[in-house]
Amino acid sequence: MNETVTSGKNVSSELCALYGSFGYVRYKMNKFEEYDLYARNKDFLVADSVITFTDTNGKLMALKPDVTLSIAKNSRDVPGEVNKLYYDENVYRVSKGTNSFKEIRQLGVECTGEIDDYCILETLSLALKSLQAISPECALDVSELSVISGVLDGCDLTSSQKREILKRIGEKNAHELQALCDAAGVDADTVALLKMLVTSYGDPADVLPALKDALPGHPGLARLESLTASLGSDAVHIDFSLVSDMSYYNGVVFKGYVGGLPESVISGGQYDRLMEKMKHTSCAVGFAVYLDLLEGFAVPSAAYDADVLLLYGETDSPAKVLAAAQKLTEEGKTVCVRKTVPAKLRCKETVDLTKGGACHG
Amino acid sequence: MDKMLNIALPKGRLGEKVYAMFEAAGFDCPSIKEPGRKLIFENEATGVRYFWVKPSDVAIYVERGAADIGVAGKDILLEYEPDVYELLDLDIGKCRMAVAAKKDFRDNRARTLRVATKFTNIALKYYNSVGRDIDIIHLNGSIELAPILGLSDVIVDIVETGATLKENDLTVVEEIVPISARLIANKAGYRFKTDQINGLVKKMQEM
Repeated sequence: MNETVTSGKNVSSELCALYGSFGYVRYKMNKFEEYDLYARNKDFLVADSVITFTDTNGKLMALKPDVTLSIAKNSRDVPGEVNKLYYDENVYRVSKGTNSFKEIRQLGVECTGEIDDYCILETLSLALKSLQAISPECALDVSELSVISGVLDGCDLTSSQKREILKRIGEKNAHELQALCDAAGVDADTVALLKMLVTSYGDPADVLPALKDALPGHPGLARLESLTASLGSDAVHIDFSLVSDMSYYNGVVFKGYVGGLPESVISGGQYDRLMEKMKHTSCAVGFAVYLDLLEGFAVPSAAYDADVLLLYGETDSPAKVLAAAQKLTEEGKTVCVRKTVPAKLRCKETVDLTKGGACHG
Repeated sequence: MDKMLNIALPKGRLGEKVYAMFEAAGFDCPSIKEPGRKLIFENEATGVRYFWVKPSDVAIYVERGAADIGVAGKDILLEYEPDVYELLDLDIGKCRMAVAAKKDFRDNRARTLRVATKFTNIALKYYNSVGRDIDIIHLNGSIELAPILGLSDVIVDIVETGATLKENDLTVVEEIVPISARLIANKAGYRFKTDQINGLVKKMQEM
């Protein structure tokens, strides 16, 4: 277990304060949303299943499986304006391991409106600061979807071939990528470029020069170089295997990891295409922090349930017992007051009022 | 964070073959060859810690981060679809996932095909891709019995030499996908042990 990881409860208030300090406004949502929103955007959701119920007016409603869709739906297009929000909400999704619904606490940041490169840099910076608040051992991996999509758009691929190739890119699976591209008739130079993109990972200063030689003047690479240089952190890496669903996401996408946790705790990026699908003219960027992932790792199990087990008998007056308990708590000790010794309770010491307050470890 | 590279190996012949490859690549751990029932072995000098786990569990150990890397058959990866990186085809443990049936089998497309298998996900995806309506019968072993006893029309299973099929009067009617052992990595572990993992992959590729 990584003891440097901050627990979900501790970190959430720190993150809310961080987002507030950058002018993000808390956005409190309804627990329910019309099911239709999720039915129309199923691919955007991490899992397909949604808990539904019929409201008193006959409308089919759902317990929110996601927050971004609601924010995108309710976003307003005002020329020149940028809305910055953060949320701390529970969402309801099917857990992969148990195949049953789970309540998941999700914290996140969304920036909608006339998004420019500053907004994207600020979002990346907040994601990095969020990771650093969780653990000093962290990695923020960034990609620019226009780089991969640009290469794939230059090939004559069917949508299923493209889907299969993107799956292999996401797996860093260069051997099957080669086989699929060969079968689809992709030329050798393009296959070599795709394999180079998939296997390149690490510090932008190490990764980007070779890619800039292979794709001279690519605006996506120039943008990545500028953004990652502005972040100026060793924790920022380039990773083109991040291929979020391109029918919703575009431009910069990223994932955040902390040492000791097996999955990404932060996921985000630009989702202008989702905004387009919802008939918005404005753009959007944001990320979510999956606080539930921190729970299992962050809290080391305590060696004791309480510092002191305070035992009392029939003849001890309630006032005397309470006074003894209060005295112990005032000394900074945690106390468990019982008449008998509980079977599974572990305390550092026992104070027995029936024996005149005798203390034993 | 633990700086040792945690490697999940599949118990059995394949695992021993895989360990020999890691050893040849410079990631040896002599204690693994000592007789006994120990399951964890480490060599601080080479920075590796090996675990013997059930072959079908390797992907779970890696996906959940208990192991940074591991070696799993492509059949397991296709069946359970773990969220891991697949870094290398080790080109060993080669076999194929295939549809087999009794020698006199003729597919009657007018009725639902009964398919017995341990690999439900692979079978469903395959028949979905060819638009065939099927009834899946999930079995845990002795799959070859199903068509012989009339429990199913066909089976979807791993075929290595075809000897078991032959002995039971069965034959391959369709090949689904070739199978071999793959080197997989945990997505988060890859971030924090990039040099170790990439170094190992490079050495394995050069072998």
